[in-house]
Amino acid sequence: MNAIISISRRSFIVGVASTAGSLSLGFHLPFIKPSLAQGAVMEPELNAWVVIRPDDTVVIRIARSEMGQGTLTGLAQLVAEELNCDWSKVTTEYPSPAENLARDRVWGNFSTGGSRGIRESHDYVRMGGATAREMLIAAAAAEWGVPASECAATLGTVTHSGSNRTASYGQLAAAAAQVTPPTDVQLKDPKDWTIAGKPLPRLDTADKLNGAQVYGVDLKLPGMVNAAVRACPYFGGKVASFDAAAVASMPGVQKVVQVDETAVAVVADTWWRAKTALDALPVVWDEGPNTGVSSQTIAHILEEGLEADNAFVGAQQGDAPAALTGATKVVSAVYSYPYQNHATMEPMNATALYTPEKCEVWVPTQNGEASLAAAAEAAELPVSQCNVHKIHLGGGFGRRGMQDYVTQAVRIAREFPGTPVKLIWSREEDMLQGRYHPVTQSRLTGALDADGNLTALHMRISGQSILAAVMPQRMQDGMDPIVFQGLTADSPEGHLGYTIPNLLIDHAMRNPPIPPGFWRGVNLNQNAIYVECFVDELAHAAGVDPLAFRRKLMANHPKHLAVLEAVAERIGWDTPAPAGVHRGLAQIMGFGSYVAAAAEVSVTDGQLRIHRIVAATDPGHVVNPAQVERQVEGSFVYGLSACLYGECTVNGGRMEQENFDSYEVVRMADMPEVETIIIPSGGFWGGVGEPTIAVAAPAVLNAIFAATGKRIRSLPLKNHDLA
Amino acid sequence: MARLTINGTPQDVEVDPDTPLLWVIREQIGLTGTKYGCGVAACGACTVHIDGVATRSCVLPVSAVEPDQQITTIEGLSPDSSHPIQKAWLALDVPQCGYCQAGMIMAAAGLLSQNPNPTDEDINAEITNICRCGTYNRVRAAIKLAANDGDTTQRG
Ligand code: FES
Ligand code: FES
Repeated sequence: MNAIISISRRSFIVGVASTAGSLSLGFHLPFIKPSLAQGAVMEPELNAWVVIRPDDTVVIRIARSEMGQGTLTGLAQLVAEELNCDWSKVTTEYPSPAENLARDRVWGNFSTGGSRGIRESHDYVRMGGATAREMLIAAAAAEWGVPASECAATLGTVTHSGSNRTASYGQLAAAAAQVTPPTDVQLKDPKDWTIAGKPLPRLDTADKLNGAQVYGVDLKLPGMVNAAVRACPYFGGKVASFDAAAVASMPGVQKVVQVDETAVAVVADTWWRAKTALDALPVVWDEGPNTGVSSQTIAHILEEGLEADNAFVGAQQGDAPAALTGATKVVSAVYSYPYQNHATMEPMNATALYTPEKCEVWVPTQNGEASLAAAAEAAELPVSQCNVHKIHLGGGFGRRGMQDYVTQAVRIAREFPGTPVKLIWSREEDMLQGRYHPVTQSRLTGALDADGNLTALHMRISGQSILAAVMPQRMQDGMDPIVFQGLTADSPEGHLGYTIPNLLIDHAMRNPPIPPGFWRGVNLNQNAIYVECFVDELAHAAGVDPLAFRRKLMANHPKHLAVLEAVAERIGWDTPAPAGVHRGLAQIMGFGSYVAAAAEVSVTDGQLRIHRIVAATDPGHVVNPAQVERQVEGSFVYGLSACLYGECTVNGGRMEQENFDSYEVVRMADMPEVETIIIPSGGFWGGVGEPTIAVAAPAVLNAIFAATGKRIRSLPLKNHDLA
Repeated sequence: MARLTINGTPQDVEVDPDTPLLWVIREQIGLTGTKYGCGVAACGACTVHIDGVATRSCVLPVSAVEPDQQITTIEGLSPDSSHPIQKAWLALDVPQCGYCQAGMIMAAAGLLSQNPNPTDEDINAEITNICRCGTYNRVRAAIKLAANDGDTTQRG
């Protein structure tokens, strides 16, 4: 019954992080014949996306992971919209990665990152709903002996207009499941949507109000034991030795396990006892080759990259170096951005049950198929003998696309065949074993002519590549294209919103021995700060209002300009701010969406207060405006946490911050009012969860300049005196 | 052995006396709605009520709790999610990933029981829980909604 979906592949490659950290490999998952599939018995279904039970309940299958971003609800809305079902009867379930492989990847990609959950799958999930609807109509028409064209489906009921006969979807489902799926189904015009596009409440709220929602850390399996793990905190280091006997008789302890070269775990009856024994376990580390590495040495390496002759070119127009040499007025500045930890509220965890014949893993993951590959590799079993059960995530932000904790859980479980082992990282482990937002610096040099026009810009980025460490197969002749997020000339993911006659944006790759990862917003975070703060600097150097200065450069970029104008108008850019309050602007394009922000701040005796931020986003189409607003607000919390406090510092080859007491984040008292303007201009599908993060910080930093005359070029703000 | 009164029910648990209350609730009692986020009283994910007062349970040894003290967890805040805070949370669809929300709800319910009409400053001072998904503005709005609906006394 999967004829409608054409995502059929014999094999595929998923990126899997190796246990050692920053290395990775492409892992080959063979196609599994359905007869070999693990996984739950599927209910009778209309197609892969839709099951309708006799009681009219509509089960919509969701391939992407829900980690708070609302994708589960949004994807269900898209299917339900085409299905014309009764939204109040909708429920959801996750197919397992093994089922996906067994069915020739009928659900497509499970990976949930890059703000792609909806924009990458909207067409085939809608087609799933539309095809099921036509099958229900065909079944009713056959039953009544009337042409299908005389029947219509609305709100979960098929009606024949001539005879006024009706039948509910639940009554028709069994017959509909036998109908040959049509291949010529048309999708609705979004302007006719009644379920999609509406600000519906989330489907997954109720269980989050009373403790009923089960997260990975909450999982209970019969006979389960608990594991706490410590990997070498020195990057590149290993376990030299440990004294298992010293903790063997501590309460509840069952075993001390060397997980791999780098990590040791204690398994006990409860996690608290496992952690207590682990804390008491004498471990000697081989600190490895990087103990001389610190934030200062890394900064020096990046500074050298700012001057280097060789660099990968990400965008080029005219001859920027020549134009800069001959310019009347040159402005130059160096910016930098630190390491950050994802710090999901739920620490990394996975539960594994291993026998020599089979390995099962329960895990909150952003990529179920990569988890499956990691489990199979760690179990040394064929993929066909493994399965992954996806669990709702207590935050992801990119960290849970990596699978290091799955590998550890399976390796520990191999020491306990037949017994489920739940591995939970402590917060300290989570902070020390991050896949950190990479570090970069940028020198920007701009030329202004006598009339204050920007005639040339050279933006040199120096620093770390995520892809080189995590997905080397996506590198292009040694270049990491993602470094240039939001900066290229024509990428539909995000192109620069300014036309500059002489432009050069290049990257000197410098990779410190700190494992980087995709961190919500990825490289757009710092690129937006670099460009938008420097454009603000240029405007001031030219003596031109920052909005007027940008407008001149944006004539060829109407969608970038539209979101910028929207926030400027809402914040009242052309009217005086309240006494003591100052404003800043920023715009960028990323993850396929155009975004802008305008901030109002005050600085009193060095004390910053962010009063208000107005955001605008044009993601093309909007599936649930209420969830878009929540994502914008949440993204600002993430972006402002980085701006105000976020910094992981390296000393002696390891991170210094181990918990929220030294890694401060935005809390209630820091939060400004947030207003969100949604301007869906149609014709494309942009992402929502990430792009607006990037404009929060530069809008605030530009407002701080307006308030204090201080230009902040390195984050976080906690390191600066604004008085 | 410790005797605890959790959600109105006295229970005897076999446990090392210095085990934090959080882990007793999660692992011995088996109520997993209360969450671990930091273990150092820095995030609020583990907030429960002890005699009605919002308390971070991750740093409180179980031996410090008296048998007759009333411990209330998210599961016991109301039998049917009908506490005004839970109703306001549902009305405003506050949670994102939801992991921090039990702690947020318990902190907010604790605040309203001491201060039925908190100002923004009161909320800022009392609700210092961390939410990495960034639900703060909706948390604030939901606290105010619950306060305005009244009926917040004598609960939790
Ligand atoms: S887990 Fe108790 S405050 Fe964070
Ligand atoms: S809702 Fe996810 S951490 Fe608060």
